[in-house]
Amino acid sequence: MLAQQLVNAISLGGVYALFALGFTLIFGVLNVVNLAHGAMFMLGAYTALQAVLLFKLPLVLAVGAAIVVTAAAGWLLDRLIFAPLRARQAPHLAPMIATIGLAISLNSTIQGIFGAENLRFPPHGLAAEGLQLAGVQITWLELQIIFLAFLLMAVLLWWLMRTRMGCALRALAESRKAAALLGIDVEGLFRMTSVVAAALGGVAGVLIALYTNAVFPQMGQPMLHKGIAVVILGGMGDIRGALLGGFFLGCAEVFSIAYIGSSMRDAVAFGLLFAILLLRPQGLFGKAAQRRA
Amino acid sequence: MKLAKILLVALSVVGAFSNPAAAQIKIGVAEALTGNAAQYGVPIRKGFELALGEINGSGGINGKKIELVIEDEQGKKEEAINVFKKLIFQDKVLMLFGPTLSNSAQASDPVAQGAKVVVFGTSNTADGITSIGNYVFRNSVTEADILPVTLKVAAQKTGLKKVAVLYGNDDIFTKSGYDNFKKALDTLKIPVTTTETFAKGDVDFKPQLTKIKSSNPDAIVMSALVAEGAPAMVQARQLGITLPFIGGNGMNSPKVFDLAKDNSDNLWVGSPWSSENPVEENKRFIAAFQKAHGALPDQFAAQAYDAMYIVAQALKKVKLTGKLEADRTALRNALPAVQINGATGAFKFRQVQDKDGKPAGYDAVQTAIVMVTKGNQYVIQK
Repeated sequence: MLAQQLVNAISLGGVYALFALGFTLIFGVLNVVNLAHGAMFMLGAYTALQAVLLFKLPLVLAVGAAIVVTAAAGWLLDRLIFAPLRARQAPHLAPMIATIGLAISLNSTIQGIFGAENLRFPPHGLAAEGLQLAGVQITWLELQIIFLAFLLMAVLLWWLMRTRMGCALRALAESRKAAALLGIDVEGLFRMTSVVAAALGGVAGVLIALYTNAVFPQMGQPMLHKGIAVVILGGMGDIRGALLGGFFLGCAEVFSIAYIGSSMRDAVAFGLLFAILLLRPQGLFGKAAQRRA
Repeated sequence: MKLAKILLVALSVVGAFSNPAAAQIKIGVAEALTGNAAQYGVPIRKGFELALGEINGSGGINGKKIELVIEDEQGKKEEAINVFKKLIFQDKVLMLFGPTLSNSAQASDPVAQGAKVVVFGTSNTADGITSIGNYVFRNSVTEADILPVTLKVAAQKTGLKKVAVLYGNDDIFTKSGYDNFKKALDTLKIPVTTTETFAKGDVDFKPQLTKIKSSNPDAIVMSALVAEGAPAMVQARQLGITLPFIGGNGMNSPKVFDLAKDNSDNLWVGSPWSSENPVEENKRFIAAFQKAHGALPDQFAAQAYDAMYIVAQALKKVKLTGKLEADRTALRNALPAVQINGATGAFKFRQVQDKDGKPAGYDAVQTAIVMVTKGNQYVIQK
């Protein structure tokens, strides 16, 4: 049982990490708690589902469609909500409240079009078949989620640390004013960050919908709560922290079910989280009130 | 005051003109025809109307036709009370069908009881509805009646000795389903290897299922709605768990074949009605419904259809005098003895007690139909 639970924990951790990556990116660069990230996640899942059901696209192209649609949504999110608020120098809470409104509108729209009930992707070999090793089962999809979580983290880190654009982004995260004085296209970078983060959310939505066999308008909500916990645990805005935080929460949940009891799951997982934050209020990778991203 | 008088006169004039309708029997229908509960209320209305057409078409009740006064109670308590009052005091119906939800019934049935008018629910399954009083009837079978039968049949057929339990612990419906399952497991003396829970909106059940697997049960008893139950079944099969699932009413939905596609086999559920039940009355009902609406009926239409026939049979034994109060009571006294074979099978009433142990209203006595899923279909188990 232990080996299988370990696999369960890592898969679940991968799911949380995948979701948290885009969430933490927006926070790191834009300094916005984007509560619409769950809605982007849902939008990605619905887009891919429609691509598969209506247009009979193969899964890979459906993921592509989800990226295009959520990226466009991310662009609109920045253009219509974040940018005007930035221009007016709105206080910190304003964009956060605005994203709550956006999430509610998106959820209601999707519910209006597709109904409130659960939908699912047609059965796919990726989710059904897998490896069997000494009684431990792992599907290709789970392997792919774990792999993708690491890959995306590596790509994001490389992008931030090794490219000129990443350098500009870090400068931006440090000080918007200084970055603008250095001739960095501040608005453009903000917009691109929003686009990339939304697309990451969209991809996560498709994979997780495949993994859990459940596509429904509110699917982003529970994920958002866990995602916030993961990001705070990892250190707000830190890419490596999102991954580690995800795996930590996955393990905490799975092992509290395995060894304490399923009705105690959230109490144990979030209790542990609280304990860690007491010891390290800035999160695992956070450097107290220093630069992010 | 003057206006009220004019209105009163106007009303009595209208009443006088509609006097020829005295040859008719007026029955009130208060169901949720709009709002969330309309998914139940609309099929219920179709069931009533189908039965009504058949009964009136074949001569009515001792030469009189039944007339329905249909009102929308929107699935809301307050609205149900309003509509009940309108039907009882203004439309002066002989009796009432409805309301759709148990919640509303708790609020509105006392109105009917107070006015000594029969209220007949076809879809209220919560405990305590019929203990409101002796004018309250229902033909909807409760989970407390169905789950023990489901368990018993599944135990006989699969030879299970011990089970694991999985249920949603933050939802009234799945939690009360769990309570009923637990009672039944105790009665049947089936040991439980482990009891696991999940919360509404959960999408990952593998940790619980892994734990269940290692506790080595013969079956998994699951009180869940199909939204969580179906993904849980799929994940169980992915983990190599081939055990039978035994579900409550929440899992009794054709949606399971879609949400757990290719992994939906070996799920045991009980239901008061099944489209696969081959009795003559059911076949006739399904054919007539399909002809009228171009779609398959559901459990709610079937129960409403049967309810109309139950009332029709009672009405045939009542000598209507035209005095409303006496007729209402006469119908009340004739109903408990009714026994029919309907679309939901053989049916009769059983009197329940109220909180003080005094005789109150009437529940259904009906054998649940136990089915198991196989190849995207329900197969009836005898």
